[in-house]
Amino acid sequence: MRTKHIGERVPRREGGLKVSGRARYVDDWTLTGALYGVTVRSPVARGIIRQIGYPAGTPWEQFTIVTAADIPGSNSVANLEKDQPFLAVDRVQHAEQAILLLAHPNKSLLEKARRAVSLDIEHLPAVLSLESSLAQEQVVWGHNNVFKELKIEKGNVDGVLNNAPVIVEGEYWTGAQEQLYLETNGMIAVANPKEGVTVWGSMQCPYFVHKALMELFSLPMEKVRVVQMETGGAFGGKEDYPSVLAGHAALLAWKSGKPVKMVYDRGEDMAATTKRHPSRTQHRTVVDRNGKLLAMDIDFAIDGGGHMTLSPIVLSRGSIHAAGPYYCPNIRIHGRAVATNTPPHGAFRGFGAPQSLFALERHMDKVARTVGLSPVEFRRRNFIRQGESTATGQRIRESIQMEKLLHRALKETNYEKKVRLFAKQNLKAKVKKGMGVSCFFHGAGFTGSGEKRLASVVAVEATEQGKLRVLASITELGQGAVTIFTQIAADALGISGQDIEVAQADTAFVPDSGPTVASRTCMIVGKILESACIELKQTLIQNGLLKERYTSNAFRAACKKYVKQHGQLKSFAQYQQPSHIQWDDEKHEGDAYGTMAWAIYIAEVSVDLSTYEIRVDDFLALQEIGKVMNPLLAEGQIIGGVVQGIGYTLHENVIWNKGRMVNNRITDYIIPTSMDVPPVRVIFEENPYEFGPSGAKGIGELPLDGVAPAIVNAIESATGAAINRIPVTPEVLLEAMENTNE
Amino acid sequence: MHAFLPDFEVYTPRSLREALALLNQNNHKPLAGGTDLMVLLAAGNLPAGSYLNVNGLEELGGMEVGKDKVRLGALTTYTEIRRQAILCKEFPNLVAAARQTGALAIQNRGTIGGNIANASPAADSPPALLTYDAEIKLISEKGTRVVPYKDFHLGYKKTLLGTNELIHSVYVPRRFRNWHHYYRKVGARKSQAISKVIIAACALMNKDRIQDIRLSAGSVAPYTLRCFQTEEILRGEKKSQAAIQKAKTMILSEISPINDIRSTAKYRRYVTTQLLEEFLLSLP
Repeated sequence: MRTKHIGERVPRREGGLKVSGRARYVDDWTLTGALYGVTVRSPVARGIIRQIGYPAGTPWEQFTIVTAADIPGSNSVANLEKDQPFLAVDRVQHAEQAILLLAHPNKSLLEKARRAVSLDIEHLPAVLSLESSLAQEQVVWGHNNVFKELKIEKGNVDGVLNNAPVIVEGEYWTGAQEQLYLETNGMIAVANPKEGVTVWGSMQCPYFVHKALMELFSLPMEKVRVVQMETGGAFGGKEDYPSVLAGHAALLAWKSGKPVKMVYDRGEDMAATTKRHPSRTQHRTVVDRNGKLLAMDIDFAIDGGGHMTLSPIVLSRGSIHAAGPYYCPNIRIHGRAVATNTPPHGAFRGFGAPQSLFALERHMDKVARTVGLSPVEFRRRNFIRQGESTATGQRIRESIQMEKLLHRALKETNYEKKVRLFAKQNLKAKVKKGMGVSCFFHGAGFTGSGEKRLASVVAVEATEQGKLRVLASITELGQGAVTIFTQIAADALGISGQDIEVAQADTAFVPDSGPTVASRTCMIVGKILESACIELKQTLIQNGLLKERYTSNAFRAACKKYVKQHGQLKSFAQYQQPSHIQWDDEKHEGDAYGTMAWAIYIAEVSVDLSTYEIRVDDFLALQEIGKVMNPLLAEGQIIGGVVQGIGYTLHENVIWNKGRMVNNRITDYIIPTSMDVPPVRVIFEENPYEFGPSGAKGIGELPLDGVAPAIVNAIESATGAAINRIPVTPEVLLEAMENTNE
Repeated sequence: MHAFLPDFEVYTPRSLREALALLNQNNHKPLAGGTDLMVLLAAGNLPAGSYLNVNGLEELGGMEVGKDKVRLGALTTYTEIRRQAILCKEFPNLVAAARQTGALAIQNRGTIGGNIANASPAADSPPALLTYDAEIKLISEKGTRVVPYKDFHLGYKKTLLGTNELIHSVYVPRRFRNWHHYYRKVGARKSQAISKVIIAACALMNKDRIQDIRLSAGSVAPYTLRCFQTEEILRGEKKSQAAIQKAKTMILSEISPINDIRSTAKYRRYVTTQLLEEFLLSLP
């Protein structure tokens, strides 16, 4: 296949509309006669709803009021477990839980009414931290607070631990992180018993919303339609939550008989919707005399919040990544996702891996120090190689080149020389400098047999104008899905990118291509798209409308002719699992991922001891991601992920009070500005994956995985402070330095 | 928007005279650039009531450079402050404060008078004004009065400003040309941050002795603090480790920082002393 588009720096197709302000988001649309909707939420983390009051002084008769009693179908959000109601019935399981909904044509009056509703909630003792949930200080979910527990075992860990002269132990913590997409969650709904339910909104996964609405209203598939509107960022934050908001807007529309628009303001979006799971990881490690890993015993726990939502899958990915890109004959990973009475935590770029990899890569530095090796040399001795197997027993089939990557990363950063120089300068300087390394991988696509179960479908059809239209439920979130699909389809068909259209993700027209998550859009769905294109081309050739070699013009003419003759030309393709993938869900054993992307990140930081301000002076992001489909977009993904990672490491601190986020304002929740980030140096190595389109692997989540440990390792090398939690604010570093100096 | 807009009234007078008359009749809260009030409004925390929009009142704007002092109209924006050559030259702390306040859009709208009247202990320009012996001219229907800025703040969000008064102008005397200036704001990031600690200072050196000194601190007390006692023990001192240690101990007794969502009392105490030391070491 000639590649005229793949591998090129093709700018984002929808980019012009976005930068010129012409793109229209949910909040830019008005529907005649529409009502606005708002949510009355619980200020209490856990309790029993005694009474809902509507005090005099508000013209309640003008309002549409929806409670759980108004729900026509099932009052539980379609997910792994049916434990999350759309609207609380008699109990509140987390702060900010939705209790009732109000709609009114006047936004201002609506806000006044929202504040006027009186809630009489009897407080129950709540569990507000991961520690207290693990300790079962209260049981607030199931019989032991545990949403999901899993074990990954390889070899005989206890055998090694019992005979080990030295066990290196460590405990590591990560905080919640807010996705902070630019566009807050928003949804417009039209719903009535006759026509069914239609919603238009900001989302990642139209078919998740579709399923949720079918169950909420007890409607058949064809009576529910979900349309993704222009979406201003998501990062996982619009994976499961839009099902809740779509349900709320549709319930108000159903009861009022009018279109309803609900758009969260920033404060509500930050306080009530999902964030990254806080975590705790404990490591116990044994190393032999030559600095080779002998046993890794890892306990990984995440705080899932009030309902299960996606926590078991986040736990699974986090656990599988917990042992990183190293070979160790004996590994045990014990994972638990537990309940607390905060809003449910959810998907966020990396999906559990940034948490467990922070712990691992901090711990690798600690083990290296204990055995007297440099962090770099210790890692080098333990990299996994082709033919060796991971924690889940996945044998590495491809020729991975971690040593080569490391060699290049060290050279690009002048690592060894700088380490020596800083050690010397730091003796006197008030501003201390340090270097930190992290090595990691990220598996793309759903874990194990997940993709097989999804059995995603993509369609392509010829239009009357002779263009090629891509039909997929994959959503453009700002990551470049539309552009990548255009490149793949154009090259598969050998035509111009101008002749490719990518349809809006509307469940009335597009098949279920699975959710837009898990770095799967290009590698998994892109491959299905490629097959669908080839099939369509074959149809034209077999019908004698196209020769083996043809021009864009000839292709257009052939399409037009076929459509005229037959009415339509449409080709479907479905995911085909590569035969080498074997996975056991029960045991968490086998090929967790078709392939992984591999990376080495190096941070150079300086710490001002008069303020403990930490500055990342240089950042090298070196990764092997198969074929680089579009260097412009790929660099953007990496730079964006690194910046988000810098925020996660140094700034982003969700402050909780009784289960509620109290700094739910951009003023108080600090993310880095352009002044706070260094130039991010992005380098790609290519090692094509045979089952990805043109050899591509997943890339979207990778960069967030390795930023935090690289920076914190650098902080330790600068200051000697053995920090074991993020975010590392100056206040945290001050405390840590005092402990170090004692 | 977590606010019921019909509960808010905004009066826009055509002249200062009309503004003062309105203020005398009724308890209006002044609204200038709105950069503090709009944040409260969006969060649903702005008290409902009537507001007096003083934007555009010519008498409250403008800047005059006199022989002995510079007058800044209360409506002078941060951007205007940044662009004044004379301020850059003679009052660099004020320019540094303006440059580090919010984003450019905030600097275009936010005013020096608003920053003073809002009386946030974390405000960026008050520490700078305190180092320059600023005076504030207040105006009401009954007349005007000029008060030293060091006496203006009385407690948390409590000031000398009467309910019928507006801040008219800020005066800074032109006697700091030969002083050494220092302004450092420590926030949660490099820009667009609210301060955790600010130290503003200037000193006049006589050979190796500190002949005179002004020292102020933000975000470490219920209001912006002029550190008189620390100034006092440094006045006449030579720059020495002993003097620095004494000053650091003294400033800790003057400030009263708290734990809040932005930082901790402990961190604020530490940074206050560190910045003070950095300033003193920077003196020639």
